[in-house]
Amino acid sequence: MGFADFAFYLFAITVVTAGLFVVVSRNPVHSVLWLILAFLSSAGLFVLLGAEFVAMLMIIVYVGAVAVLFLFVVMMLDVNFAELRGELAKFVPLAGLIGIVLLMELALVFGTWTGAENATALRDAVAPALEETHNTAALGQLIYTKYIYLFQAAGLILLVAMIGAIVLTLRHRPDIKRQNVLSQIYRDPAEQMELKDVKPGQGL
Amino acid sequence: MIGLEHYLTVAAALFVIGIFGIFVNRKNVIIILMSIELMLLAVNINFVAFSSYLGDLAGQVFTLFVLTVAAAEAAIGLAILVCFFRTRGSIAVEDVNVMKG
Repeated sequence: MGFADFAFYLFAITVVTAGLFVVVSRNPVHSVLWLILAFLSSAGLFVLLGAEFVAMLMIIVYVGAVAVLFLFVVMMLDVNFAELRGELAKFVPLAGLIGIVLLMELALVFGTWTGAENATALRDAVAPALEETHNTAALGQLIYTKYIYLFQAAGLILLVAMIGAIVLTLRHRPDIKRQNVLSQIYRDPAEQMELKDVKPGQGL
Repeated sequence: MIGLEHYLTVAAALFVIGIFGIFVNRKNVIIILMSIELMLLAVNINFVAFSSYLGDLAGQVFTLFVLTVAAAEAAIGLAILVCFFRTRGSIAVEDVNVMKG
């Protein structure tokens, strides 16, 4: 067994085990940490497949953004998670049945599937040889030319998601003093200021 | 030698774990969202495995789009969750019957 095989089995077992612990873990914070482990080891799998750009993106986007977002929300919400976990055992038989049925269906496919005859002829974007271009450069050349509209649409989806998240979570509390810039700008010195001539020995 | 089937098996196991997680955590929305992330990860593994073994970069390009949609979905889902928690004080999915849908 070569090093690549060993690395594959290491990452594969880690990703499946971490995925299982995400689901059955008692503490949601532990779930998020297992999720991070699953993403990291799947990034390892992607490196083994020669897709290093996707692997790095996985670490940056999922571990750096999505998992941290989950962690923020889990820690921000003041929820009794133990209470939510209480009826876990009740759903295990149904969930296990569905899981086993699905797994058996996938196992039926496993032995019999074949690729299309002309699969290599139907390739949409043939990967250049490794000596020619590296994975990241080849992907960049593809994304910014052939898939530019889809790429822009992806950016638009992220923009809409950002605006939506802000709209959903932003709230104005009425009891907080805020700076009103416009009223500050429109303050007139002639109206706000008055000069008084105070005589000595007298008050106003 | 590691073939395409090895990667497909890992992805299938991860997908089934995601489905299992959705059904087993009926009350906790956060874990359900994480299960959805796991299922999308399984899809990504399939995309990249086929892309690598067929020598077609389109699979990796579509992985980027799946990644984008997954990130947007997580952000919106968690925002809705925070919103819901503010109004109801709980995140149990069974309580989501405000609109009697």
